[in-house]
Amino acid sequence: MVETGTLRVKSGLAEMLKGGVIMDVTTAEQARIAEEAGAVAVMALERVPADIRAQGGVARMADPTKISEIMESVTIPVMAKVRIGHFVEAQILQALEVDYIDESEVLTPADPTYHINKWAFAVPFVCGARNLGEACRRIAEGAAMIRTKGEPGTGNVIEAVRHMRLMNEQIRRVLNAEEEEVVSLSKEFGAPLYVLRAIRDKGRLPMVNFAAGGIATPADAAMMMQLGCDGVFVGSGIFKSTDPAKRAQAIVQATTHFMDAARLAVISRDLGEAMEGMIIEEIPPHEMMQTR
Amino acid sequence: MIIGILDLQGAVREHRTSLERLGVAVRAVKDVSDLDGLSGIVFPGGESTAMQRLAAGSLRDRLRELAHNGFPMFGTCAGMILLANTVDGKATPHLGGMDIAVARNASGRQVHSFETTLAVKGIGPDVPAVFIRAPYIVRIGPDVDALAEYNETIVMARQGQLLVASFHPELTEDVRIHRMFVDIARQHRHQNEIQQKQEATQL
Repeated sequence: MVETGTLRVKSGLAEMLKGGVIMDVTTAEQARIAEEAGAVAVMALERVPADIRAQGGVARMADPTKISEIMESVTIPVMAKVRIGHFVEAQILQALEVDYIDESEVLTPADPTYHINKWAFAVPFVCGARNLGEACRRIAEGAAMIRTKGEPGTGNVIEAVRHMRLMNEQIRRVLNAEEEEVVSLSKEFGAPLYVLRAIRDKGRLPMVNFAAGGIATPADAAMMMQLGCDGVFVGSGIFKSTDPAKRAQAIVQATTHFMDAARLAVISRDLGEAMEGMIIEEIPPHEMMQTR
Repeated sequence: MIIGILDLQGAVREHRTSLERLGVAVRAVKDVSDLDGLSGIVFPGGESTAMQRLAAGSLRDRLRELAHNGFPMFGTCAGMILLANTVDGKATPHLGGMDIAVARNASGRQVHSFETTLAVKGIGPDVPAVFIRAPYIVRIGPDVDALAEYNETIVMARQGQLLVASFHPELTEDVRIHRMFVDIARQHRHQNEIQQKQEATQL
Protein backbone atom coordinates (compact mmCIF):
# COMPACT_ATOMS: atom_id res chain seq x y z
CA MET A 1 0.00 0.00 0.00
CA VAL A 2 1.18 3.49 -0.83
CA GLU A 3 -0.17 6.45 1.13
CA THR A 4 0.35 10.13 0.41
CA GLY A 5 -0.55 13.10 2.63
CA THR A 6 -0.23 11.18 5.92
CA LEU A 7 0.71 13.10 9.05
CA ARG A 8 4.06 11.32 9.07
CA VAL A 9 4.78 12.43 5.52
CA LYS A 10 3.62 15.99 6.30
CA SER A 11 5.51 16.44 9.55
CA GLY A 12 8.42 14.47 8.05
CA LEU A 13 9.27 17.31 5.67
CA ALA A 14 9.34 19.73 8.62
CA GLU A 15 11.72 17.33 10.42
CA MET A 16 14.05 17.53 7.41
CA LEU A 17 14.08 21.34 7.57
CA LYS A 18 15.27 21.38 11.20
CA GLY A 19 18.41 23.35 11.94
CA GLY A 20 17.82 25.35 8.77
CA VAL A 21 16.69 28.78 7.63
CA ILE A 22 13.57 29.46 5.56
CA MET A 23 13.73 32.77 3.71
CA ASP A 24 11.02 35.07 2.35
CA VAL A 25 11.56 35.82 -1.35
CA THR A 26 9.55 37.87 -3.83
CA THR A 27 11.37 37.04 -7.09
CA ALA A 28 13.10 34.10 -8.77
CA GLU A 29 16.37 36.02 -8.47
CA GLN A 30 15.97 36.33 -4.68
CA ALA A 31 15.05 32.64 -4.46
CA ARG A 32 18.32 31.73 -6.17
CA ILE A 33 20.27 33.95 -3.76
CA ALA A 34 18.54 32.23 -0.84
CA GLU A 35 19.27 28.73 -2.20
CA GLU A 36 22.88 29.64 -2.92
CA ALA A 37 23.27 30.92 0.66
CA GLY A 38 22.08 27.57 2.04
CA ALA A 39 18.39 28.18 2.80
CA VAL A 40 16.48 24.91 3.41
CA ALA A 41 13.33 26.37 1.82
CA VAL A 42 11.94 29.64 0.52
CA MET A 43 8.63 31.37 1.20
CA ALA A 44 7.21 32.79 -2.04
CA LEU A 45 5.53 36.14 -1.48
CA GLU A 46 4.38 39.18 -3.41
CA ARG A 47 5.69 41.58 -0.75
CA VAL A 48 7.79 40.97 2.36
CA PRO A 49 6.06 41.70 5.70
CA ALA A 50 7.87 45.04 6.15
CA ASP A 51 6.38 46.28 2.85
CA ILE A 52 2.93 44.86 3.63
CA ARG A 53 3.07 46.78 6.89
CA ALA A 54 4.28 49.99 5.22
CA GLN A 55 1.81 49.89 2.32
CA GLY A 56 -1.29 48.84 4.23
CA GLY A 57 -4.43 47.56 2.47
CA VAL A 58 -5.58 43.96 2.21
CA ALA A 59 -2.71 41.47 1.78
CA ARG A 60 -3.61 38.26 -0.09
CA MET A 61 -2.07 35.07 -1.48
CA ALA A 62 0.57 35.85 -4.13
CA ASP A 63 -0.17 35.62 -7.86
CA PRO A 64 0.24 31.97 -8.98
CA THR A 65 2.53 33.12 -11.82
CA LYS A 66 4.92 34.57 -9.28
CA ILE A 67 4.81 31.41 -7.14
CA SER A 68 5.36 29.17 -10.18
CA GLU A 69 8.34 31.27 -11.29
CA ILE A 70 9.94 30.84 -7.90
CA MET A 71 9.15 27.09 -7.88
CA GLU A 72 10.88 26.71 -11.24
CA SER A 73 13.97 28.66 -10.20
CA VAL A 74 15.10 26.53 -7.23
CA THR A 75 15.26 22.86 -6.21
CA ILE A 76 14.68 23.43 -2.47
CA PRO A 77 11.10 23.27 -1.12
CA VAL A 78 8.87 26.29 -1.83
CA MET A 79 6.31 27.47 0.70
CA ALA A 80 3.61 30.08 0.14
CA LYS A 81 1.19 31.98 2.36
CA VAL A 82 -2.58 32.00 2.51
CA ARG A 83 -4.84 34.23 4.57
CA ILE A 84 -6.03 32.77 7.88
CA GLY A 85 -9.20 30.77 7.15
CA HIS A 86 -8.97 31.14 3.36
CA PHE A 87 -9.34 27.52 2.36
CA VAL A 88 -9.74 28.30 -1.34
CA GLU A 89 -6.40 30.10 -1.50
CA ALA A 90 -5.05 26.91 0.11
CA GLN A 91 -6.78 24.73 -2.52
CA ILE A 92 -5.12 26.85 -5.22
CA LEU A 93 -1.68 26.49 -3.62
CA GLN A 94 -2.21 22.73 -3.38
CA ALA A 95 -3.13 22.65 -7.08
CA LEU A 96 0.13 24.52 -7.79
CA GLU A 97 1.92 21.83 -5.75
CA VAL A 98 3.73 24.17 -3.39
CA ASP A 99 5.56 22.09 -0.78
CA TYR A 100 4.20 23.79 2.36
CA ILE A 101 1.36 26.25 3.04
CA ASP A 102 1.79 28.95 5.68
CA GLU A 103 -1.60 30.01 7.08
CA SER A 104 -0.24 33.36 8.04
CA GLU A 105 -1.08 36.38 10.14
CA VAL A 106 1.15 38.41 7.81
CA LEU A 107 -1.74 38.41 5.32
CA THR A 108 -5.14 39.93 6.11
CA PRO A 109 -7.36 37.28 7.72
CA ALA A 110 -10.25 35.97 5.58
CA ASP A 111 -12.30 34.32 8.34
CA PRO A 112 -13.12 36.18 11.57
CA THR A 113 -13.63 32.96 13.56
CA TYR A 114 -12.01 29.87 12.13
CA HIS A 115 -8.72 28.65 10.79
CA ILE A 116 -8.54 26.24 7.84
CA ASN A 117 -9.32 22.56 8.42
CA LYS A 118 -5.85 21.46 7.46
CA TRP A 119 -6.68 17.74 7.67
CA ALA A 120 -8.51 18.18 4.34
CA PHE A 121 -5.22 18.80 2.50
CA ALA A 122 -2.36 16.57 1.32
CA VAL A 123 0.02 19.53 1.36
CA PRO A 124 1.27 20.22 4.89
CA PHE A 125 0.64 23.48 6.75
CA VAL A 126 2.74 25.61 9.07
CA CYS A 127 0.94 27.99 11.44
CA GLY A 128 2.03 30.73 13.81
CA ALA A 129 1.50 30.66 17.57
CA ARG A 130 2.11 33.05 20.47
CA ASN A 131 1.61 30.46 23.19
CA LEU A 132 1.06 26.76 23.75
CA GLY A 133 -2.72 27.00 23.44
CA GLU A 134 -2.51 28.47 19.94
CA ALA A 135 0.13 25.92 18.94
CA CYS A 136 -2.00 23.00 20.18
CA ARG A 137 -5.17 24.29 18.54
CA ARG A 138 -3.36 24.62 15.20
CA ILE A 139 -2.00 21.07 15.61
CA ALA A 140 -5.53 19.84 16.32
CA GLU A 141 -6.65 21.53 13.09
CA GLY A 142 -3.98 19.55 11.23
CA ALA A 143 -0.91 21.81 11.18
CA ALA A 144 2.25 19.71 10.70
CA MET A 145 4.66 22.47 11.74
CA ILE A 146 4.50 25.43 14.14
CA ARG A 147 6.38 28.71 14.25
CA THR A 148 6.35 31.56 16.72
CA LYS A 149 4.42 34.56 15.42
CA GLY A 150 6.75 37.21 16.74
CA GLU A 151 5.87 40.54 15.18
CA PRO A 152 6.48 40.21 11.43
CA GLY A 153 8.21 42.91 9.40
CA THR A 154 9.64 44.74 12.41
CA GLY A 155 13.22 43.42 12.49
CA ASN A 156 12.67 43.37 16.24
CA VAL A 157 13.14 39.96 17.85
CA ILE A 158 11.47 40.74 21.19
CA GLU A 159 8.07 39.29 20.30
CA ALA A 160 9.52 36.04 18.95
CA VAL A 161 11.48 35.72 22.18
CA ARG A 162 8.36 36.45 24.22
CA HIS A 163 6.40 33.75 22.37
CA MET A 164 9.14 31.14 22.57
CA ARG A 165 9.79 31.72 26.26
CA LEU A 166 6.10 31.52 27.04
CA MET A 167 5.76 28.30 25.04
CA ASN A 168 8.76 26.78 26.82
CA GLU A 169 7.36 27.74 30.21
CA GLN A 170 3.94 26.29 29.39
CA ILE A 171 5.47 23.06 28.02
CA ARG A 172 7.45 22.70 31.26
CA ARG A 173 4.21 23.06 33.23
CA VAL A 174 2.58 20.35 31.10
CA LEU A 175 5.56 18.02 31.58
CA ASN A 176 5.75 18.60 35.34
CA ALA A 177 2.01 18.39 35.98
CA GLU A 178 0.43 15.58 37.99
CA GLU A 179 -2.00 13.53 35.89
CA GLU A 180 -5.03 15.15 37.58
CA GLU A 181 -3.74 18.63 36.69
CA VAL A 182 -3.58 18.01 32.95
CA VAL A 183 -7.28 18.58 32.22
CA SER A 184 -7.16 21.89 34.08
CA LEU A 185 -4.11 22.91 32.08
CA SER A 186 -6.01 22.05 28.92
CA LYS A 187 -8.74 24.47 30.03
CA GLU A 188 -6.28 27.14 31.18
CA PHE A 189 -4.26 27.12 27.96
CA GLY A 190 -7.19 26.56 25.61
CA ALA A 191 -5.26 23.52 24.38
CA PRO A 192 -6.93 20.28 23.25
CA LEU A 193 -6.25 17.59 25.85
CA TYR A 194 -4.99 15.01 23.38
CA VAL A 195 -2.24 17.35 22.20
CA LEU A 196 -1.15 17.97 25.80
CA ARG A 197 -1.00 14.21 26.29
CA ALA A 198 1.16 13.94 23.15
CA ILE A 199 3.50 16.55 24.64
CA ARG A 200 3.76 14.49 27.83
CA ASP A 201 4.51 11.35 25.79
CA LYS A 202 7.20 12.99 23.67
CA GLY A 203 8.63 15.36 26.26
CA ARG A 204 8.23 18.22 23.79
CA LEU A 205 5.83 19.74 21.26
CA PRO A 206 4.83 16.89 18.90
CA MET A 207 5.54 19.08 15.85
CA VAL A 208 8.63 20.96 14.75
CA ASN A 209 8.64 24.54 16.06
CA PHE A 210 10.53 27.27 14.20
CA ALA A 211 11.19 30.87 15.21
CA ALA A 212 9.65 33.63 13.10
CA GLY A 213 8.73 37.28 13.24
CA GLY A 214 11.54 39.83 13.71
CA ILE A 215 14.74 37.84 13.17
CA ALA A 216 17.25 40.18 11.48
CA THR A 217 20.78 39.14 12.49
CA PRO A 218 22.85 35.95 12.92
CA ALA A 219 22.79 36.62 16.67
CA ASP A 220 18.97 36.77 16.61
CA ALA A 221 18.86 33.40 14.85
CA ALA A 222 21.34 31.80 17.26
CA MET A 223 19.44 33.20 20.25
CA MET A 224 16.19 31.65 19.04
CA MET A 225 18.01 28.33 18.52
CA GLN A 226 19.45 28.48 22.04
CA LEU A 227 15.94 29.10 23.32
CA GLY A 228 15.02 25.73 21.82
CA CYS A 229 13.58 26.49 18.39
CA ASP A 230 14.11 23.86 15.69
CA GLY A 231 14.99 26.37 12.97
CA VAL A 232 14.38 29.90 11.79
CA PHE A 233 12.21 31.83 9.34
CA VAL A 234 13.65 35.12 8.15
CA GLY A 235 11.11 37.36 6.47
CA SER A 236 12.09 40.93 5.74
CA GLY A 237 15.43 40.60 7.53
CA ILE A 238 17.42 39.45 4.50
CA PHE A 239 16.18 41.32 1.46
CA LYS A 240 15.60 44.55 3.42
CA SER A 241 19.27 44.59 4.45
CA THR A 242 22.07 46.19 2.42
CA ASP A 243 23.89 42.94 1.55
CA PRO A 244 21.28 40.16 1.30
CA ALA A 245 23.55 37.38 -0.01
CA LYS A 246 26.10 37.85 2.73
CA ARG A 247 23.54 38.25 5.50
CA ALA A 248 21.61 35.19 4.28
CA GLN A 249 24.74 33.07 4.39
CA ALA A 250 25.65 34.40 7.85
CA ILE A 251 22.22 33.59 9.27
CA VAL A 252 22.42 30.05 7.82
CA GLN A 253 25.83 29.54 9.47
CA ALA A 254 24.63 31.00 12.77
CA THR A 255 21.59 28.69 12.84
CA THR A 256 23.88 25.64 12.52
CA HIS A 257 26.65 26.84 14.87
CA PHE A 258 24.33 28.52 17.37
CA MET A 259 26.26 27.31 20.43
CA ASP A 260 29.69 28.39 19.19
CA ALA A 261 30.20 32.02 20.28
CA ALA A 262 33.69 32.30 18.77
CA ARG A 263 32.32 31.23 15.44
CA LEU A 264 29.30 33.54 15.77
CA ALA A 265 31.72 36.44 16.31
CA VAL A 266 33.33 35.67 12.94
CA ILE A 267 30.00 35.07 11.22
CA SER A 268 28.60 38.41 12.45
CA ARG A 269 31.40 40.57 10.99
CA ASP A 270 30.97 43.12 8.17
CA LEU A 271 27.43 42.23 7.11
CA GLY A 272 26.45 45.78 6.14
CA GLU A 273 23.35 47.42 7.57
CA ALA A 274 20.59 45.23 9.00
CA MET A 275 17.01 46.18 8.09
CA GLU A 276 15.76 49.26 9.85
CA GLY A 277 13.80 48.02 12.85
CA MET A 278 10.59 49.10 14.56
CA ILE A 279 9.83 49.62 18.24
CA ILE A 280 6.85 47.38 19.10
CA GLU A 281 5.31 49.92 21.48
CA GLU A 282 5.14 52.45 18.63
CA ILE A 283 2.94 50.20 16.48
CA PRO A 284 -0.77 51.04 16.81
CA PRO A 285 -2.74 48.05 18.19
CA HIS A 286 -4.78 47.60 14.99
CA GLU A 287 -1.55 47.25 13.00
CA MET A 288 -0.20 44.40 15.14
CA MET A 289 -0.13 41.18 13.07
CA GLN A 290 0.40 38.68 15.88
CA THR A 291 -3.07 39.22 17.39
CA ARG A 292 -4.77 38.05 14.19
CA MET B 1 31.70 2.17 19.89
CA ILE B 2 30.48 5.66 18.95
CA ILE B 3 28.50 6.51 15.83
CA GLY B 4 28.51 10.12 14.66
CA ILE B 5 25.61 11.99 13.05
CA LEU B 6 26.42 14.91 10.79
CA ASP B 7 24.68 17.73 12.68
CA LEU B 8 24.62 20.63 10.26
CA GLN B 9 20.94 20.53 9.44
CA GLY B 10 18.15 17.96 9.11
CA ALA B 11 16.69 14.95 10.92
CA VAL B 12 19.52 14.53 13.43
CA ARG B 13 17.26 13.90 16.43
CA GLU B 14 15.43 11.04 14.70
CA HIS B 15 18.65 9.22 13.80
CA ARG B 16 19.88 9.70 17.35
CA THR B 17 16.70 8.11 18.69
CA SER B 18 16.99 5.12 16.34
CA LEU B 19 20.67 4.51 17.19
CA GLU B 20 20.14 4.95 20.94
CA ARG B 21 17.35 2.40 20.80
CA LEU B 22 20.02 -0.03 19.60
CA GLY B 23 22.17 0.85 22.59
CA VAL B 24 24.78 2.68 20.54
CA ALA B 25 26.61 5.79 21.80
CA VAL B 26 25.97 8.75 19.52
CA ARG B 27 27.89 11.97 18.87
CA ALA B 28 26.72 15.03 16.93
CA VAL B 29 29.31 16.11 14.37
CA LYS B 30 29.55 19.82 13.57
CA ASP B 31 33.31 20.17 13.20
CA VAL B 32 36.20 18.12 11.85
CA SER B 33 37.44 17.54 15.41
CA ASP B 34 34.18 15.74 16.25
CA LEU B 35 35.18 12.94 13.86
CA ASP B 36 37.99 11.60 16.06
CA GLY B 37 37.32 8.16 17.49
CA LEU B 38 34.11 7.44 15.60
CA SER B 39 33.33 3.97 14.24
CA GLY B 40 30.86 5.24 11.66
CA ILE B 41 28.88 8.28 10.65
CA VAL B 42 25.29 8.92 9.58
CA PHE B 43 24.33 11.62 7.08
CA PRO B 44 20.73 12.48 7.93
CA GLY B 45 17.89 13.57 5.72
CA GLY B 46 17.59 17.29 5.17
CA GLU B 47 18.20 19.64 2.27
CA SER B 48 21.23 18.50 0.32
CA THR B 49 22.03 21.96 -1.08
CA ALA B 50 22.03 23.48 2.42
CA MET B 51 24.12 20.62 3.85
CA GLN B 52 26.58 20.99 1.01
CA ARG B 53 27.04 24.70 1.82
CA LEU B 54 27.50 23.90 5.51
CA ALA B 55 29.85 20.94 5.08
CA ALA B 56 32.75 23.04 3.85
CA GLY B 57 36.48 23.36 4.35
CA SER B 58 38.36 20.85 6.49
CA LEU B 59 35.19 19.01 7.56
CA ARG B 60 34.27 18.31 3.94
CA ASP B 61 37.84 17.33 3.04
CA ARG B 62 38.08 14.85 5.90
CA LEU B 63 34.64 13.35 5.20
CA ARG B 64 35.57 12.96 1.55
CA GLU B 65 38.77 11.17 2.54
CA LEU B 66 36.87 8.83 4.86
CA ALA B 67 34.18 8.12 2.25
CA HIS B 68 36.82 7.06 -0.26
CA ASN B 69 38.70 4.89 2.24
CA GLY B 70 36.13 2.39 3.41
CA PHE B 71 34.92 4.19 6.53
CA PRO B 72 31.36 3.10 7.50
CA MET B 73 28.86 5.72 6.37
CA PHE B 74 25.08 5.67 6.16
CA GLY B 75 23.20 8.34 4.18
CA THR B 76 19.45 8.76 4.05
CA CYS B 77 17.81 10.97 1.38
CA ALA B 78 19.97 14.12 1.36
CA GLY B 79 22.71 12.05 2.99
CA MET B 80 22.60 9.65 0.04
CA ILE B 81 23.05 12.61 -2.34
CA LEU B 82 26.19 13.65 -0.45
CA LEU B 83 27.73 10.19 -0.99
CA ALA B 84 26.76 9.68 -4.65
CA ASN B 85 29.46 10.03 -7.30
CA THR B 86 26.95 11.42 -9.80
CA VAL B 87 24.06 13.77 -8.99
CA ASP B 88 21.50 14.81 -11.62
CA GLY B 89 23.83 13.67 -14.39
CA LYS B 90 26.77 15.73 -13.13
CA ALA B 91 29.97 14.13 -11.85
CA THR B 92 30.52 16.83 -9.25
CA PRO B 93 29.97 14.83 -6.09
CA HIS B 94 29.48 16.58 -2.76
CA LEU B 95 31.55 14.00 -0.95
CA GLY B 96 31.26 11.10 -3.34
CA GLY B 97 32.68 7.66 -2.66
CA MET B 98 29.76 5.58 -3.84
CA ASP B 99 29.50 4.49 -7.45
CA ILE B 100 25.86 5.45 -7.94
CA ALA B 101 24.04 8.10 -9.93
CA VAL B 102 21.08 9.74 -8.21
CA ALA B 103 18.29 11.99 -9.43
CA ARG B 104 17.27 14.59 -6.85
CA ASN B 105 13.60 15.15 -5.97
CA ALA B 106 12.74 12.23 -8.27
CA SER B 107 9.59 11.37 -6.30
CA GLY B 108 8.25 14.84 -7.06
CA ARG B 109 7.06 17.72 -4.93
CA GLN B 110 5.84 17.29 -1.36
CA VAL B 111 2.23 16.50 -2.31
CA HIS B 112 3.59 13.30 -3.92
CA SER B 113 5.66 12.27 -0.88
CA PHE B 114 4.47 8.93 0.45
CA GLU B 115 4.93 6.05 2.82
CA THR B 116 4.86 2.35 2.01
CA THR B 117 6.56 -0.91 2.94
CA LEU B 118 9.46 -2.38 1.00
CA ALA B 119 11.25 -5.69 0.70
CA VAL B 120 14.85 -5.07 1.76
CA LYS B 121 17.51 -7.65 0.95
CA GLY B 122 18.98 -9.07 4.17
CA ILE B 123 16.22 -7.61 6.35
CA GLY B 124 12.75 -8.67 5.30
CA PRO B 125 9.71 -8.15 3.08
CA ASP B 126 7.97 -5.54 5.23
CA VAL B 127 10.26 -2.63 6.03
CA PRO B 128 8.35 0.67 6.49
CA ALA B 129 9.71 3.40 4.22
CA VAL B 130 8.86 7.12 4.22
CA PHE B 131 9.76 8.94 1.00
CA ILE B 132 9.91 12.74 1.23
CA ARG B 133 10.75 14.61 -1.98
CA ALA B 134 12.99 11.63 -2.39
CA PRO B 135 15.99 11.13 -4.65
CA TYR B 136 16.15 7.85 -6.59
CA ILE B 137 19.18 5.82 -7.63
CA VAL B 138 19.20 5.76 -11.42
CA ARG B 139 22.40 3.79 -11.99
CA ILE B 140 24.71 1.63 -9.90
CA GLY B 141 28.27 0.54 -10.56
CA PRO B 142 29.49 -3.10 -10.59
CA ASP B 143 30.61 -3.01 -6.93
CA VAL B 144 27.26 -1.77 -5.67
CA ASP B 145 24.60 -4.09 -4.31
CA ALA B 146 20.97 -2.96 -4.78
CA LEU B 147 19.11 -3.74 -1.55
CA ALA B 148 15.62 -2.43 -2.23
CA GLU B 149 13.48 -1.28 -5.12
CA TYR B 150 10.30 0.72 -5.42
CA ASN B 151 8.45 0.59 -8.76
CA GLU B 152 11.54 -0.96 -10.37
CA THR B 153 13.73 1.92 -9.21
CA ILE B 154 16.59 1.29 -6.79
CA VAL B 155 16.01 3.06 -3.47
CA MET B 156 18.57 1.42 -1.19
CA ALA B 157 22.10 0.21 -1.89
CA ARG B 158 25.40 -0.81 -0.37
CA GLN B 159 28.99 -0.60 -1.54
CA GLY B 160 31.48 -1.92 1.00
CA GLN B 161 30.94 0.04 4.19
CA LEU B 162 28.75 2.67 2.49
CA LEU B 163 24.99 2.28 2.93
CA VAL B 164 22.40 4.59 1.38
CA ALA B 165 18.60 4.87 1.24
CA SER B 166 16.27 7.21 -0.67
CA PHE B 167 13.80 7.02 2.19
CA HIS B 168 13.81 7.76 5.92
CA PRO B 169 14.05 4.77 8.26
CA GLU B 170 14.70 7.37 11.00
CA LEU B 171 11.08 8.54 10.75
CA THR B 172 9.78 5.11 11.74
CA GLU B 173 10.00 2.96 14.86
CA ASP B 174 11.62 0.17 12.86
CA VAL B 175 15.36 0.10 13.61
CA ARG B 176 16.36 -2.86 11.43
CA ILE B 177 18.10 -0.72 8.80
CA HIS B 178 19.99 1.15 11.52
CA ARG B 179 20.98 -2.22 12.96
CA MET B 180 22.33 -3.24 9.55
CA PHE B 181 24.53 -0.14 9.57
CA VAL B 182 25.65 -0.63 13.17
CA ASP B 183 26.64 -4.20 12.25
CA ILE B 184 28.68 -2.88 9.30
CA ALA B 185 30.44 -0.40 11.60
CA ARG B 186 31.04 -3.01 14.30
CA GLN B 187 32.49 -5.52 11.84
CA HIS B 188 34.72 -2.86 10.30
CA ARG B 189 35.98 -1.87 13.74
CA HIS B 190 36.66 -5.50 14.61
CA GLN B 191 38.64 -6.06 11.39
CA ASN B 192 40.66 -2.91 12.05
CA GLU B 193 41.52 -4.17 15.53
CA ILE B 194 42.67 -7.54 14.17
CA GLN B 195 44.75 -5.81 11.52
CA GLN B 196 46.35 -3.51 14.10
CA LYS B 197 47.21 -6.49 16.32
CA GLN B 198 48.79 -8.30 13.38
CA GLU B 199 50.82 -5.24 12.48
CA ALA B 200 51.90 -4.90 16.09
CA THR B 201 53.11 -8.53 16.28
CA GLN B 202 54.93 -8.19 12.97
CA LEU B 203 56.85 -5.27 14.44
